[in-house]
Amino acid sequence: MSVAFEPIVGRYLPFAFQGRTYRLYIEEAGQGIPLLCLHTAGSDTRQYRALMNDAEITQRFRIIAFDLPWHGKSSPPAGWHQEEYKLTRDFYIEVIVAVARALELDRPVVMGCSIGGRVVLGLAADHGDAFRAIIGLQSSASPSAYYDISWLDRPGVDHSEAALGAVSGLMAPMSPDAERWETLWHYMQSGPGVFYGDLHFYTVDGDLQDRLRRIDTTRCPLYLLTGEYDYSCKPEYTVEVGKAVPGAKITIMKGLGHFPMSENPALFRSFILPVLDEIARPR
Amino acid sequence: MLERLPDLVNGNAALVRRGRHLSTTFLVEVGPQGWLVHVREGRIAGVEPGPFRMASWSFALRGTAEGWAKFWQPVPPPYYQDIFGLLRQGELRFEGDLLPLWANMLYVKGVVGALRGNGGAS
Repeated sequence: MSVAFEPIVGRYLPFAFQGRTYRLYIEEAGQGIPLLCLHTAGSDTRQYRALMNDAEITQRFRIIAFDLPWHGKSSPPAGWHQEEYKLTRDFYIEVIVAVARALELDRPVVMGCSIGGRVVLGLAADHGDAFRAIIGLQSSASPSAYYDISWLDRPGVDHSEAALGAVSGLMAPMSPDAERWETLWHYMQSGPGVFYGDLHFYTVDGDLQDRLRRIDTTRCPLYLLTGEYDYSCKPEYTVEVGKAVPGAKITIMKGLGHFPMSENPALFRSFILPVLDEIARPR
Repeated sequence: MLERLPDLVNGNAALVRRGRHLSTTFLVEVGPQGWLVHVREGRIAGVEPGPFRMASWSFALRGTAEGWAKFWQPVPPPYYQDIFGLLRQGELRFEGDLLPLWANMLYVKGVVGALRGNGGAS
């Protein structure tokens, strides 16, 4: 008898970082070049489910994704009930570097979306030597809020309904229903205040504009791919990043929105495969 | 154009269920035109066109005619597929008591979205 499991395997890692211990959930699939994937605000590693199930990619890449502390199946640290969760720029950058080091990844490729697409610019600026290539999805360098995010964490409003309401429109209207609603379910499952706390990085403490000049794409190639329907991180914001970073390779993805890898994996595949091919090609 | 809302919403059992705890009146403005939308337990009990002398409502969605016209296209152009995109584009404002709006955001999106491709822009 054989059971048709997906090839994705998840494990938990006790992870000491900045004086606290976190229980991190990490999953992976494939073998070859390590590809570390970063989920969006208020979500988790399931956003990369299609990539990890894509044999053409996993035969060359070892795809690894972890749930940030407080997210998905990663727990908040002990004492969480006494504090307000707020993702800061420095914590976010350093925790990614520390996880890559703890997993003993050899110069991984890193790919992040939304807040992840922002933070990879910080990785490129200050940790370029630690990474083989950097891929930003829906990348922007500077915070720009367009609604009052405090509604996402307020008694009287169910936080999962609020998160759903806030992000449901960010995807392209032509993305398949099943994948759109899977993507939204992940949002509805985040803990109270977590999406809101992530947006502290996205809208307040997450400016990387002044670091862009430190990015050296001859040392670490930078690929930026942005879906055209995203009004949160508009393609023009990504183009602005490209203007500040010589050598950055930009793709505006038609027919995709803010969650390209999750809202329409089949279409995203057509954009990401050529990038991964280029990264995997011997230089 | 919003007069069609009772027909478009009340036959949609999933949408009515989503709004089952909402009973309120909200205002929708499309440029200079306004409509009061009366909601009772998720059903559209009535739609009143303006102008109003003494309108009473909990929250308002005040948008430009151009913004709503793009929003109601069968396949909207980028950024116009959602009322938050209209906010982002400066084509829409939320006003009033936003608690019932935020508590029922997906329902309200479903109501105004019901006009998409259904003559909303006519």
